[in-house]
Amino acid sequence: MSLQGPIATHRMRTGIPTGRLAVWWGLASEIFIFGGLIMCFLLFKFNNAPGFEDADMTSTAAGAFNTFVLLTSSLSIVLAHAAAEKGDIQASFRYIWFTIGGGLVFLLVKTYEYSSKIYGGITLTENVFWSFYFTATGLHALHVIGGMVIMGMISFDVRKNHNLQRVELIGLYWHFVDIVWIFLFPILYIANF
Amino acid sequence: MGQQAEAILHETEAHDAHHEMSFWDKYIFSVDHKIIGFQYMFTGLIMAAIGGYFAYAFRMQLAWPGEEVPFYGLVDAAKYNMLVTNHGTIMIFWVAMPVLIAAFGNWLIPLMIGCDDMVFPRLNRLSYQIFLVSALVLILSFFVTGGGFGGAWTSYPPLSAVAAYNLTNWGASLWLLAVFLEIVAFLLGGINFVTTTMNARAPGMGMMDIPIVVWMINIAVILFMASVGPLVAGAVMLFFDQRLGTSFFIPSGGGDPLLWEHLFWFFGHPEVYVVLLPTMGIVAEIITVFSRKKLFGYRTILYTAFGTGGLSFIVWAHHQFVAGIDPRMANVFVVTTILISIPIAEMLFSFIATLYGGSIEFSTPMLWALGFLVSFLIGGVTGIYLGASALDVYFHDSYFVIAHFHYTFFPITIIGMFAAITYWFPKMFGRMMDETLNKIHFWGTFIPFNGLFLPLFLVGMAGQHRRIADFTQYPDLASPDLQSIRIFATVSLVILLLFQFVFIYNFFNSMFKGKKAPLNPWKANTLEWTVSSPPPHGNFAELPTIYRGPYEYSVPGREEDYWPQHLAPNQ
Ligand code: HEM
Ligand SMILES: [Cu+2]
Repeated sequence: MSLQGPIATHRMRTGIPTGRLAVWWGLASEIFIFGGLIMCFLLFKFNNAPGFEDADMTSTAAGAFNTFVLLTSSLSIVLAHAAAEKGDIQASFRYIWFTIGGGLVFLLVKTYEYSSKIYGGITLTENVFWSFYFTATGLHALHVIGGMVIMGMISFDVRKNHNLQRVELIGLYWHFVDIVWIFLFPILYIANF
Repeated sequence: MGQQAEAILHETEAHDAHHEMSFWDKYIFSVDHKIIGFQYMFTGLIMAAIGGYFAYAFRMQLAWPGEEVPFYGLVDAAKYNMLVTNHGTIMIFWVAMPVLIAAFGNWLIPLMIGCDDMVFPRLNRLSYQIFLVSALVLILSFFVTGGGFGGAWTSYPPLSAVAAYNLTNWGASLWLLAVFLEIVAFLLGGINFVTTTMNARAPGMGMMDIPIVVWMINIAVILFMASVGPLVAGAVMLFFDQRLGTSFFIPSGGGDPLLWEHLFWFFGHPEVYVVLLPTMGIVAEIITVFSRKKLFGYRTILYTAFGTGGLSFIVWAHHQFVAGIDPRMANVFVVTTILISIPIAEMLFSFIATLYGGSIEFSTPMLWALGFLVSFLIGGVTGIYLGASALDVYFHDSYFVIAHFHYTFFPITIIGMFAAITYWFPKMFGRMMDETLNKIHFWGTFIPFNGLFLPLFLVGMAGQHRRIADFTQYPDLASPDLQSIRIFATVSLVILLLFQFVFIYNFFNSMFKGKKAPLNPWKANTLEWTVSSPPPHGNFAELPTIYRGPYEYSVPGREEDYWPQHLAPNQ
C-alpha cells in the first residue's frame, strides 16, 4: 500500500486527529489507575490507619518547590507547542529541552528527599503511610522519567521538522503528570487535613 | 506509563510498504489486524485447552477422590488449589478476553466499519506481544518451586500476600505479574479499538449504522478501562506486599485486606459485562441474519448496554455480603444488583422479539446463538437469587454459586466463541465448515454442559462448599447420593471434552479441505461479507461508502430479502 500506513490512520470522523484521541484515551486509563491509588490512600486516612500523622514529616518546602518546577515546565511545553504550531522549530526545540530540564530538577529534589528519608531510617516498609508515599511518588517519578525520554526523542524529530503534532501530544501527557502531582502534593505533604 | 504514550506516538509514523513478505513478517510479526486477530484466537484456544484440562483434573479428583487421574496423576490439596485458581484465571483473562474481545474485535472492527486496518497497526502488534508474554509468564508460574499459585482467582490477601501462608512464594508473584501484563495488553489494544471505531468509519456510516457487535466490543473496552484502573494500582500494592515487605493489605502490619476485595470486585463485576457484551453482539448479528428480520430495537439494545455498563459499577459489594461489610450497605447493593437485571433482561427480550415471526434457519451458528439465550437465562435468573443478601448468606461460596456463574460464563465464553467461529469461518478461511460435524459438536457440547452444571446447583443447595479438594473428609457431604451427583457431573465433563475433538478435526479439515465459500454465504448485510474470503491485506479493493444501517432484512418491496450496507439506493 502507500507509504503513509493504513488509510484508517488518516481518517478523522470525529474531527479530532487520531493521535490526540488516542492520547486522551491513554490518559483516561491512567486517571483510573492513579485515581484508584489516591482513593485507597484516602480510605486508609479516613479510617484512621496508624502512621498517617507522619505526613508531618515530609518536607513541605521541597514539595512546594517541586510543584512550582512542574508547573513551570508545563508552561514551557505549552510554549513549545505554540512555537511548533508557528513552525518555529528552533524555539520549539529549546522549549522542549527547557521542559526536560524541569523534569530533571524535579527528579533531583525527589532524590534528595528519598535519600534523606532512607538515611534517616524511614523506608518503604516503615508503615502504611510511608508505603504509600514511596509507591505513589515512585510511580509518579517513573512517569516523569518516561515523559522526559519521549520528549528527548521528539525534540530531535522536531529539529528535522518531522511530526510536529507530537509536541502537542507529549504536552498533554506532561500536563497529566503535572496534575497527578497536584493531587499527590496536598495529601502527602500538606500534612494532616 | 511512559511506554504507552511512546508507543502511541510511534504509531503515527508512516510505515514502510509491504513487498514480498517472509513467513515471519507475514504471520509472526504482522501488523495486519486479521493476522493479529488470529494470533489472539489461537493463543486463546490453546489456553482454553489448558483451562479445560485443569477442570478435567480437579473434577476427576472430586468424583474419585484420592485416585490417580489418568493423564494427570494424583491431585493433592495443594495441586487442587493450584488447578482451580489457574483454571479460573485462565478462562477469564486468557480465553474470554482474548477470544471475544481481542480476536473478534481485531477481525471485525476494521472490516465492519469499512477501513483497511486498525488506526495503530504497530500498537496492535505490541498489544499481542505483551499478551503472549503474559501467557508465558503464567505458564512458567506452574513450574517454579512451590508450584503455581493456589489462592483463588480472586487472590484475597493476606493469603495471597504472605508466602508463609500460601506456600507459593514465586508462583503467587508470577501469577500477579502475568495478570498485570495481560491488563496492560488489553489497555493498549483497547485504545486502538476505540479510536479506530471513532475515527476510521467509512463515509456515510453514522453512529447508528455501526453493527451492534462493534458497539458492544467498544463499550466492553471502555468498561474494562474504567474498572481495571484501581485494580492495577491494587496489583502494584499487592506485589509490594509480596516482594518488598509492605503491609497495604496485611492486617498485622496495619493494612486492610478488605480493601483488596473492594478493588478486586470493583473490577470483577464490570468484568462480567466486559465479556458478556461482545457475546451479546455476536448473538445479535447471528440472530438477525438467520431470522431474516430487522433487529428489534437497535437503539434499545444500545441504551440497555449503556445502562448495564453504568450500573455495573455500583453492584460490586454483592460479592462481599459475608465479608463483614455494613449490613445497611448490603441493602443498597441488593437493590442495585436486582436493578441491573432489568436492562440485561430487556436486551434478551429484544433478541427474542427479533426471532418472533422470523423465517428462522437452524444453521450451526444459529443453534449456538439460541443455546446461548437459553442457558444464559438460567445463569441470569439464579443471579437474582444470589443478589438477595438474605439468600446469599447461605449460598455464598457454595456450588450454587459455581453453577450460577458457569451458566453465565460458559455460554458467554465457550458458546459465544463457537457461535462466532462457525459464523465467520467462511470469511476467515474462505471455506465452509462441515455442517453435520458442526451439529454433532453443538449437541455434544450443549447437552453435557447442562449435565455438568445443573447437578452442581443441587450439591450447592445441599451445602457443598467450593474450593474443597476432597469431600469425603466432611461427614455431612460424604453421602453416596452426593457422590453420585459429583460423578454424574464429571462424566458429563469428560463427554463434553471428548466432543471437542470433533470440532478440532472439523476446524482444521475444513480450513484446508472444506468446500470453497461464496463471498456472502449467509446473505448478510454487513461489510465484512463484501470483501473476498479470506480478505487480503488492506481488506477492500475499493473502500466502501455506506448507505444504510446493518439490519435491513426482508425490506418490503425489495426483490432480495437483504440489503447490504454498501449498495447505493438505486442498485
Ligand atoms: C470446561 C468446563 C468447565 C468446568 C468443568 C468447570 C468447573 C469448575 C468448577 C467445578 C469450579 C470450582 C472448583 C472449586 O471451587 O473447587 C470452577 C471454578 C471456576 N471456573 Fe470453571 N469450569 C469450566 C469452564 C469455565 C469457564 C468457561 C469459565 C469462565 C470463562 C470458568 C471460570 C471459573 C472461575 C472464575 C472459577 C473460580 C475459580 C476460583 O475459585 O478461584 N470456568 N470451574
Ligand atoms: Cu458481581
